[in-house]
Amino acid sequence: MTLQELTMLDGVSGDEEAVRAAIWKEIAPFCDSVHEDKAGNLIAFKKGKIPQKLMMCAHMDEVGFIVKGITEEGYLKFAAVGGIDGRILLGQRVRIGEKKVPGVIGIKAVHMTTPEERKTCVKIADMYMDIGAQSKEQAEQAVSLGDYAAFDSGYVAFGDHKIKAKALDDRVGCLALMQVLKEANCPYDLYAVFTVQEEVGVRGATVAAYQVQPDVGIVLEGTVCADTYEAPEHLHVTTLGKGPAFSLIERTSKSDKTLVDFLVQTAEKYNIPWQFKRTGAGGNEAGVLQQTGCGAQTAVISVPCRYIHSSVSVADERDIAAAARLAVKVAETIDEVKKA
Amino acid sequence: MTELLKQLTQINAPSGQEEEMRQFIRAHIPPTAEIKEDALGNIIIHLSGHGKKMMFAAHMDEIGIMVTYVEDNGYLRFTNVGGVSTANALHSKVVFPGGIKGIITTGDSKKKDLKLADMYIDIGAKDKEEAEKLAPIGTTGVFCGAFDEIGGCVSSKALDDRAGCYVLLEALQQIGNHENDLYFVFTVQEEIGLKGAKTAAYGIEPDIGIAVDVTMCGDGIDGEKMAVKLGGGAAIKVRDSGMIAHPAVRSLLVETARENDIPFQFEVLSGGTTDASGIQITKSGTPAGAVSIPCRYIHSAVELVSMEDLHSIVQLVRAVAEKTI
Repeated sequence: MTLQELTMLDGVSGDEEAVRAAIWKEIAPFCDSVHEDKAGNLIAFKKGKIPQKLMMCAHMDEVGFIVKGITEEGYLKFAAVGGIDGRILLGQRVRIGEKKVPGVIGIKAVHMTTPEERKTCVKIADMYMDIGAQSKEQAEQAVSLGDYAAFDSGYVAFGDHKIKAKALDDRVGCLALMQVLKEANCPYDLYAVFTVQEEVGVRGATVAAYQVQPDVGIVLEGTVCADTYEAPEHLHVTTLGKGPAFSLIERTSKSDKTLVDFLVQTAEKYNIPWQFKRTGAGGNEAGVLQQTGCGAQTAVISVPCRYIHSSVSVADERDIAAAARLAVKVAETIDEVKKA
Repeated sequence: MTELLKQLTQINAPSGQEEEMRQFIRAHIPPTAEIKEDALGNIIIHLSGHGKKMMFAAHMDEIGIMVTYVEDNGYLRFTNVGGVSTANALHSKVVFPGGIKGIITTGDSKKKDLKLADMYIDIGAKDKEEAEKLAPIGTTGVFCGAFDEIGGCVSSKALDDRAGCYVLLEALQQIGNHENDLYFVFTVQEEIGLKGAKTAAYGIEPDIGIAVDVTMCGDGIDGEKMAVKLGGGAAIKVRDSGMIAHPAVRSLLVETARENDIPFQFEVLSGGTTDASGIQITKSGTPAGAVSIPCRYIHSAVELVSMEDLHSIVQLVRAVAEKTI
């Protein structure tokens, strides 16, 4: 399965079935077992020779929307699912519910706005989706309250090895984790977990980690990249094209130093470019992996994504390939990590 | 008596890098004690008993800063490790591994809403290349803060929570006969989310959990009103922003203090929490409470605690540990 196919699947948090089914089908031949837990996590297992547990995870869900009201006129009121900056929503195309009903996020005509309104951004609560319905009844035939909506945005390769798509966070991680299952011969028991509901509070990883109780946990992620001309370099967090980024400390976890050193050594050994994620902000599944049970060594390998959580996330194909290749090498040699 | 506390405070052990503290603790516990280290690096001392499992926790880690970016002219950009306020950070001295020292500074210290992102560390490097050799991205440092005796008090960096570690070490030396199955845990990564206490409690499954950590004082000229006073004795926690102490644990501490004529006061803290809140909700839950050490200027390089309070707290921890529950 290609990244293009993965990103074109819709899997807003809590509604990951399409992504889960596609990944399941693809990885099944390479695993000793695959099952779906009660929360919806897809847990793939490959037996190793050493009785230690490596859990690698990537989340299947993406940010999106949920329909929370239908107006008398047939417009849809909605809430964001996960962290979405309202400023990027006006004029976006979306697809809604199982039937993938097309819609656009509408905006009041400019001649009806006051000068003050034009200086501020409309709040998500004041926005609506227009599905071309003429009335509430007509809208209700197409969609229901509680329907999920996802960005309707294509996968485009452009510029210098760049790609644009929705849901790069975290289909890039899913892609890398699938590659691990296909290629890596892991000396430890490998639990490759494709998680649910990361974007709304790392819920899938929380219960998956409880079931697995890993000794080592590695999260495969898409992360913030602010390397445009607008920010001074020290605020870039990551840089596109400079390889996968390793987290040092984040709001939710401190990476294990020995494990981070191991990532660096492995990248250097196989000539894989790498960088540190240069901020203390942000959070991901490593926080729950680290403190589940009696604790685990954790680290994070991320693909830098500009405009993350938008319909036009941009990543570098070389970073994506490098992250997957590194994840494979790390899984294959994980027994070489020494405890500090 | 202050020598041990002095040594403890002057060890540099930011969250996640507590190795020096681990070594120190290992060298300062009774030779007969059973020691375990878990995956995150907690040091767990077990004094076997036939009774209920009682867990005490004091954290080894301290707040600090981490290098996130090296500027062309050799200045270091950084992020916080734990709760570092801008006021405490600006113009503070920090130290990195290898004794590399630096000053936290900024171009315009009068800037409104100054943030840590506006600041940088001057380590006296002449350019990026030299700075990267001394303190590359990812290097973690701590605040410098000498240990001084001031009146009946001591002041230093990292009294949060080396004062608690001191209490546990002293109590370990003094402890007599005990029925309780005792666990004295020196935890890691408290300042960044009570990580160590949670995993340690998961492994131990205590019947009761007690944190020994600093708390704020409300005895300044102005500032937030709070009943805890420096020199007012052991502060028995009622509530903080992460936990309501279990009434039975609170009563146990109060009764023990009364029985032994140990001065105590109650603590209701509006902001902040301790390892006890992590212990409380681990696994199927543990009745938890805390004995707090009154401390002024928490999370600065000049934290201040009273030696008299510390002695009271050592006595209380010892007496509770010896009391059959």
